[in-house]
Formats: sequence, C-alpha cells, structure tokens
Amino acid sequence: MTYLVDGKQISAEPHAGQCLRTFLRDFGSFGVKKGCDGGDCGACTVWLDGVPVHSCLTPAFRAAGREVTTIAGLAVDGVLHPMQQAFLDAQAFQCGFCTAGMIMTAASLDAERLQDLPHSLKGNLCRCTGYRSINDALHGRTSVEADVAGRACGASLPNPFGPSIVTGQAHYTMDVAVEGALHLKVLRSPHAHARIVAIDRQKALAVPGVAGIFTWEDVPRRLYSTATHEDHLVDPDDTYMLDNVVRFVGQRVAAVVAETEAAAEAACHLLDVTYEILPAVFDPVTAMEPDAPVLHDKGDAARGNIYVDIKGEVGSVLEGFAGADAVHEMTYSTSRVQHSHLETHGSIAWKDETGRLHVRTSSQAPFIAKQKLCHLFQMSPRDVHVFCERIGGGFGGKQEMISEDLCVLATLKIGRPVQWEFTREEQFIGATTRHQMTTRVKLGAKRDGTLTAIDVHVVSNTGAYGGHGGETLAAALGNPLTAYRCKNKRAEGYAVYTNIVPGGGFRGYGASQTTFAIESAMDDLARTLGIDPFAMRRLNMVRPGDWMESVWKDPSDVTFGSYGLDQCLDLVEDALSSGRGAEPPAGENWQSGTGVALAMLDCGPPTEHRSGAEMALLPDGRYHLAIGSTEMGNGSVTSHRQIAASVLSTRADQVAIINADTDLTPYDTGTFASTGTVVAGRAVDAAANALLDNILDFASRHTGAPTSECHLDDDEIVCGNRRMSLQDLWKAGHAVGHRFEAKRKAYLSPRTVAFNVHGIRLAVEKVTGEIRILQSVQAADIGRLINPMQCRGQIDGAIAMAIGWTLTENMMIDDHGAVINPAFRNYRIPAFADVPESEVHFADTYDAIGPLGAKSQGESAINPVAPAIANALANATGVRFAHLPLTPDRIFDRLSHDA
Amino acid sequence: MNLNAIRAIKRPLTADEITGWASGDAWLAGGTWLFSEPQPSLETLIDLEQLGWPALALSDGGLDIAATCSIATLYGFNPPVQWGAAALIKECANCLLASFKIWNAATVGGNICMSLPAGAMISLTVALEATYELWQRDGTQREIPALDFVTGNHANVLKPGELLRSIHIPARSLSKRFALRHASLTKLGRSAALIVGTQTGGTGDMLLTITAATPRPVQIAFPAVPTSIELRRAIDAAIPGDGYFADPHGSAPYKHHLTYHFAEQIRQELAQPAVLA
Ligand code: FES
Ligand code: FES
Repeated sequence: MTYLVDGKQISAEPHAGQCLRTFLRDFGSFGVKKGCDGGDCGACTVWLDGVPVHSCLTPAFRAAGREVTTIAGLAVDGVLHPMQQAFLDAQAFQCGFCTAGMIMTAASLDAERLQDLPHSLKGNLCRCTGYRSINDALHGRTSVEADVAGRACGASLPNPFGPSIVTGQAHYTMDVAVEGALHLKVLRSPHAHARIVAIDRQKALAVPGVAGIFTWEDVPRRLYSTATHEDHLVDPDDTYMLDNVVRFVGQRVAAVVAETEAAAEAACHLLDVTYEILPAVFDPVTAMEPDAPVLHDKGDAARGNIYVDIKGEVGSVLEGFAGADAVHEMTYSTSRVQHSHLETHGSIAWKDETGRLHVRTSSQAPFIAKQKLCHLFQMSPRDVHVFCERIGGGFGGKQEMISEDLCVLATLKIGRPVQWEFTREEQFIGATTRHQMTTRVKLGAKRDGTLTAIDVHVVSNTGAYGGHGGETLAAALGNPLTAYRCKNKRAEGYAVYTNIVPGGGFRGYGASQTTFAIESAMDDLARTLGIDPFAMRRLNMVRPGDWMESVWKDPSDVTFGSYGLDQCLDLVEDALSSGRGAEPPAGENWQSGTGVALAMLDCGPPTEHRSGAEMALLPDGRYHLAIGSTEMGNGSVTSHRQIAASVLSTRADQVAIINADTDLTPYDTGTFASTGTVVAGRAVDAAANALLDNILDFASRHTGAPTSECHLDDDEIVCGNRRMSLQDLWKAGHAVGHRFEAKRKAYLSPRTVAFNVHGIRLAVEKVTGEIRILQSVQAADIGRLINPMQCRGQIDGAIAMAIGWTLTENMMIDDHGAVINPAFRNYRIPAFADVPESEVHFADTYDAIGPLGAKSQGESAINPVAPAIANALANATGVRFAHLPLTPDRIFDRLSHDA
Repeated sequence: MNLNAIRAIKRPLTADEITGWASGDAWLAGGTWLFSEPQPSLETLIDLEQLGWPALALSDGGLDIAATCSIATLYGFNPPVQWGAAALIKECANCLLASFKIWNAATVGGNICMSLPAGAMISLTVALEATYELWQRDGTQREIPALDFVTGNHANVLKPGELLRSIHIPARSLSKRFALRHASLTKLGRSAALIVGTQTGGTGDMLLTITAATPRPVQIAFPAVPTSIELRRAIDAAIPGDGYFADPHGSAPYKHHLTYHFAEQIRQELAQPAVLA
C-alpha cells in the first residue's frame, strides 16, 4: 500500500489491526502523540484528505492512497501555519504534549465551528493550561513580550522550545526510534490481595518474538519505595520490583519483553498464574481495626495497616473549646483522582558499547531515579545515566520510579534496548493517585469570630503502598492549620494501607485535601456566627510577626520572606463585588451564591532538597546553562533562562539551556513541591552571579579597568570607556587559559510562604444539580513574577485541575477493589467547556528569600479552589456539600432529601 | 489503538461475499469504538467501507440512512422544510460525547450497534419510529422497529454475523413536532438522560422516548398529552424503580429523577399549541 504522509510517499503494509497513529510513528512521524489511544484526548489528531480524525481510532489501511497531514506537515516551506503562529504568540501550551493535536484540530475549524469552541474542542484535552491560553490563540491574542537585554526577569517571554512544540519536532520520552529495541508489557493483578502460588510461562514463551519473561523470582529481592525524595527514609521501603504478593488490582505480576508490543501483549495473556486469594480491605477505617487483614508483614507489623500516624498539639484544645461561644464539627472528604498528565509514564533503557546503562525517561526526578536504580541493581553510579528530554506533564505523578526499573531489568538480562510505555488504563490502575482523605474538623470560636480551638483528625487512604503517605499527611496537618492564628490547635492523622491503587504525590500534596476541609469548616462556623466569610478570615489569619506554627512546638525553617495574604483577600473581595462575570441563568430553579477560601503554602518541601547549576560563557559569546531540574510543563526552563539572563544583563535568547540529565547537568533532587523556582531558581541565580563575577574579574584584568567600572551589556562587555564583544573577551580569556565557567548549589532553607485566595460565584440548578461557575477569581501572593504570562498560566492550569477534582473527577472503585472508570471517557478531566475563564490577580510583593524576589509559582494555586466552590454552593443552597466531587447526581440527592 | 489480536482484514465489495461467520469476526464500520478498546477476542475485521452503500436516500416515504453513513454526513443533511423533526438529527448528534472529529469516521450504524444506553443515534431513530433493516448471513433479511433493537447495556438483537444494513425513518414522523431534553454530569458529556417527545401535527398525541437513563430505550405512547400525574404513572408502569441505569455518568436515582423532570417539561411544552416557525 502507498501512503502520502506530509507530502512524502511511503510504501508499507500495516499490520492488520494497526491504527494509523502507530503506523505513522513507525515511519518517524513522532508529532502524532498518544494521550489515551482510545479516541478521547485528541493528541493524535491528523488530517485525512484535509479532514481531521483521531489517528488512534483510524484503521491504518483506511489511509492508504490518501493524503495524511500531521503537525510536521502543516508548515509550508518552513512558513508556519497561522494557527501554529497563533499558538506561539499566545504560548498556548505548557508541557506541549497536547499541542500537536490541538493545533491540527484548531487549524481545521471553519468559521461556524470557531464560534462554538466548547463543542469544537471537546475532543481535545489539555491537562496543563486550563484552556485560557488556547482560547487566546484561537482569538489571535498575543501574550509574549519582547526579549530585551537586562529586562528578561519580569517579562512574558516565550518557552524556548515553543517552535519545536508547535511543529511537532519536540521529542517527548517515547519520540525516538531506538534501533533493536524490545517492547515490554506487564501482566497486572486481577485480584486486590493474593499470593502468587505459581506462574506457568510455557505458553507465553512459545509466542514468536518473546525474548524474556520476568516474575518475582527473577528480580532482586530488595525493598524500596517508588516515591522519589532526597531523603529516602521519608518513604517506607515496602515494595519489591515484582512481588509474590499482590496488594491491589493492577499491581504488576510479570513483565514480558518481546520484539513487538503485540507479541508481548499476547504473551501476557498466556501467562498462567495461580493465585491464592487473600482477604482484602478497602476502607481505611476498617483497615485500622485489629482484625483487619494486614497488607504488609515487613517493617513495623505491630502497627497493622497504619503506615504512619502523626499527632501534635499546641496549647490545649480542651480549654479552647471550653472557652468557645460556638463550636462547629463536621467530617469532610475528598476523592481519589489521577494526575492524568497527557504523556503517560514511559522509559527506554539500553547499554552502550562500554556496557554503560542509559535510561531515557519521563521523570520529575531523574537523579533520584538513578540512585534507586543503582540501589536495586547494585550498580555503580558512574555506570548509569538517566535523562529526560521533553516531558508531557507531571503534577507529582512522575515523582515516582515506576517504569524505569523493569526496562533496566530486562536490558541487563537480555542485553538489548527495552522500552515500555504505559497505556492510559495503566495510568489509572497501576500508577499513583491523590490520597483520598477524610477529615474531621472541629472549630471553636468566640462570638466575635476569634478562633479558640482547631482540632483536626485525618484518615488518609494510602492504598497498597505507602510512598508519599507520610509526607502528604504531614503536609495535610501543616499549612492549612498554620494559616490561622489560634492558641489551641491539635491534629492527629493516620496514613493507612488498603488494597487499592496507591496514593502518591499530587500537586497540592496533602494540603489540598485538608484545605478543603478546614476552609469549608471556617465557612460553616462563620455562617453559624453570622460573620462574613472574608471578615472571619481576616480576623483569624496569620500575619507577619506571628509565630508560624501548626501543631508542633519545635521551631521550623519557614519564615515570612514576604506577606500578601491581606492583599489577596482584598483583591478577591473586590472582584466578587465588581459585577464582573456572567449573570446567573434565568429561571426560578437557579440559585446563586459566592464563596471564598484561602490557602497557605510553605515554598518547598520540608524534606532535604538540593539543586546545582552550571554556567559557562561560550566561544560565540552566548551562555550555556546546565541545570538538573526537570521541565515538565511547569515552565522552569523558561524562568531559569530569564533569571540567568537578568543577572547577566542579556536576553534570555542568549542563554542555551539543558536540564535533567545525570551526565550533563549537576545534581538536582527533582522538580516537585515548587522547587523549580525556589531551589533550582536559586541555584541558577547563584551560578549566574558567579559567572558574572568571573567575567568581570577577567575583563578587569584584561582591560586594566577596575571591576567597578566593568559591566555586561547584552552580548558585549563595557570596561571603562572600552566596549568589546563577549566573543572577543572569550578569545582573549581562552588565549591565556582562563575558563569562563561557574557552578553553584542551592539548598532549601530557609523557606518562605506563599498565599492564594480563590473566589467563586456560581449558580446551581436545584432540580438537575447542574453547577455553572459565573465568576472565578484568584489572587496569588507568589512574590515577584519572573514571567507573568507563565505565572498566570500555571494558575489557570491549577484552577482547571482543581475544578476537575471538585466537579467531575473521581476514581470509582468497585466491590473488588478495581477501578471502574480507567479511561478519559468515564473519568472526566476538564475539557474546554468545563473551565470558565478566571480572573487572576497578583499581590504586590517581593520576597526576601526566594530567588529575585519570587516564591512558589506552580503548585499553590490549586488549594483554595475546591473549598471556594463548595462554599459558594453552600451559600447558594444553604446546604453543605462536604464530600468531593460535587457532581449533579450528588447535589440533586442532597437537595431533594433536605428539601 | 492497535488491535493486536487481529490477523486479517477482509474488504468485500458486496455483503454476500462474506458467507461463513467465525466467533472472532467483526464488521468494521467507522472503527471508532472497535479501535477504542482492546479487542482480544477478535481475529478478523470485515470492512464495510467498500460496500459503497449510498449514505442517505430521500423519498416521499421518508429518509433511508445507510448503516455506514457517517455521523458527519447525517449531521450535514439538509432536510425538506416540512420535516420539522429532522432538526432532531443535529440535536441528538450534539448530545454525543464524541466530538465532530469522531463524527467524520463514526457511523450511524456503529453507534446503534454499540447499543450503549446513551447512544444518541438510538435516541434519534427510536424517537422518530424508525425501522432497521437487518441482513443475516444466510441471505435472509428482516426489519425490526428501532425500539426493539437494543435489549440492554451494550446488547442488541443482532445474531452472529447479522448486519445492520439501513435505517428507515418514515416521513410521517419526520413531519412531527418534537421536544428534547438532556443532561449530563459534565459539560457536553455523556448523557445521563436523553428524552424526546414527539407529536403528530394537528393532533394532541405524544410519544415519549426515554434513553440514556435506562439500559435500553423505553417508549410510551399517549393518544393525548397526559396530565402530570398520568405521565408519572405511565413512566412508573413502563420502568420499574430498579430499571434505571447506574454508571459513572450518573446514579440510578438521579436518572430516575431526571426522567420525571424532563418528561414533565416535554409534556408541558407539547401541551402548548405549536408555534409556527
Ligand atoms: S490518542 Fe487518539 S484520541 Fe487520545
Ligand atoms: S500543554 Fe496541554 S497537556 Fe500539557
């Protein structure tokens, strides 16, 4: 058969059941992405004879003899299609993984369809942007600003990889063809708790093309945690690479490696596994009871299924409640959700001629992944290289090592390259999730609203494994309580093992869950007392000069580098009363209300964290920046360049950057918990300053002008009245053996705090339970904006993710512990139609601790959104909805019962 | 996604080229459902594309839609003015979870044969009292009312190898007036309830079609627009309390509640005299 792909003729015979998506990728069209492989996300959109289709649903043979256009064929003679240019101008992407499909769809819309974007874009999911910038692109709005020397910091500069993203040339993890690579597939457990008695591989081994089958008997019997942290002791070593006990439906049972994915998949089906079914427990409260089946016999068995408990009290809540005029007590709960980064997990491992191991992967922490691999396989660190190229989203989901290990195992055993790409279903059943938490909150207050006691009790369902279980629990008991000044605070939390898919790190990291509970409770208490919710918060919120504490008495390294919570509350209150936003729909069934919530975030994790940066002046007068931190759509590559450029008085464009590579960049703990800005950004700042000193010192020596009279000016240096190009300076230095290089490291202490306040005005239809968000406004106190467009984009994305968590997303688990809805069509992450455009405001602050005055920019915005929505719903209906998600069927249920 | 178990594609020019039928055989129309999930038990796909059935045929008797007609083609159909109910085509298509890109490949017959409770082409054709022409492998043909085709969630009357050939919508029902209501848990999401009422011009009758809320379509004919109480009784008689369909797109009680609510809205609308456009 012949195919015409982007103007090139291809003669090939697809496999009978092959879809066009993989066929195109077989021939190097890596711009055709996979977000779901089931027709739901649109990342694979191509044109067939000019008509947009989802290539994952298109039988490959159907495209024969027809003209196929992919993102790589959209530009004509190197001139971008206007839609590609529009996406660049509006920077309508973050990780960029959805972009190819989004552009192929957007570029196909006629005038009529352009009028109806909610319908026209319903087949294209973006997890990063919240669609605001995509909407901008489709309306021809430009957001990028000029790159002016010396003014890089604070400017809305574009992502340096933008041009490759909009043309489909950016290479994400699986976008390479590794010669001779074998494909790995995993057989996953159908049982929630079972012992593997036997695995018969005979039939599976007989499948042509199978190169190896690995079970628990073939892997190092070494315990570890898949969670990645600098301090390996904060997560329990409760995992074997492959185990003889499975503890959740979806746990890996065996790995098959074969010449093709099809052969590996067929062999998985033919593995004959005998299980001895064990009793399972799904509810964490039941799991804490003495007679509950125990999941782990390793470690501290006396604690049963309680992986960790955390308790603390300051003052005396007993006394606090005794002195209260009003007490509010209620239990709130949040649901289990999946990160749904559009690029699934995946890794490729191979050995080079010298026997050195290389792992290309989609990780937020390649350096920690390397350490874990060295531990598991007892390899010397110098024999292992782990790196990332482009990553299609993370959100905490890739703060795990869950795809690298098996690829490495198979490569070491077989000697050939091995690749493994998760399916979307595997993301739901075999990766990690946000911890489901149930929080009982008891608040006491004086008649005037002054809090007298805060008492919080949290049960966190960590699932079958405990990675991030302790840290998320600690976060849950931290900031949301610290945000309020109150003499008497107590908190108690349990992270409990159950036989369901494990929890993990997720943007907001535990604090989101209890912020929902505490901010809902604050609202309820305010209502009981008849106090305005803004006033209630202003009265009790933490202020500079306060001793910041949750429930632990020991001093912490968190301090006010700046404070803008008061501004944030004002900004949101003003916005909500401005009359902006949509009118409620007409009709007596619609009720509307407003709600507000605040959130506080320590900028950076309490665990150790370090980042290194290296900078050099290059022979051509440009700069090179090597930074270990990962870019997965969080924007750190862009902001790091800006920080460096700003210090070096040049344009961001003059700074070439590489990142996240254990060979080519200095060590970095990983990009999570806002460390991209507050730690790695600090390392960049320090390295750039060191290089600046290096350059000025040499220039002074070279010209004889004192350093005080030397300064950089874009690509030149001025020394007294002499001006020379950096190229010439480099030559002069090189001639005398001078090296224009610098390296610095940054650690995370002290930490500052960021604040976010969200306001919502919504309408709810009493009968159908439908919610319409009429106005959404967030004010963020995140210090100086290194890149305002990007900061806003991160907030837009966080709001959209929070809206998903609040209104539509919920991993449903059946009676046997299996996920009922492991596909986007049944697990709805927000589409264009679900996300209102939010107003985003910034407090005017400059942080004394963060790099160049900046604070956490990517994470904190998610936390106040869910309670703001729930508070608005309570305000509209008079009914408290205490359990996420707030879907119409639950809303109707409560309204009809309470009516 | 790749359907790795598929060994062969047959591309017949006429349906009778396919004589036998094995358990691993499947008809391939648009492929938008088949390729959306692993199909480990299928071995052979039999492509309907080259049968070349004309997508739409218009006659005094009504509209004939080939099973292979794409949803996009049907959506673009320009009906004669007197067919007021043809507007249901667009309204139902817009109730599909799938986007317009899927419509470019997905077929009307495919949506019907998938037989999901929320299959909007089922809602459309049942509401418009269509009949389906089915071709069996032994060469015999049969016609059945659209209402009787779907038997449950993802289940229908098709025998192994039997093919949905076409859908006939009578002009009589295309000339009716109609009212449609639907809701989903998410914006433009999969329907939790999709309910259509039609009324023969010049009469006060009412034909109520309930889909998505129930595992299979339910239709209730009223010679005259019922009262609110009569309507509710009729619904209760047609659908037992446990007869609503629970899935991630809505709880059964919610769908039950929506059914009452929307049916009542439709009743009120059709009780009003028709406004001439
Ligand atoms: S990969 Fe094709 S629609 Fe998601
Ligand atoms: S930019 Fe859209 S998914 Fe990341």
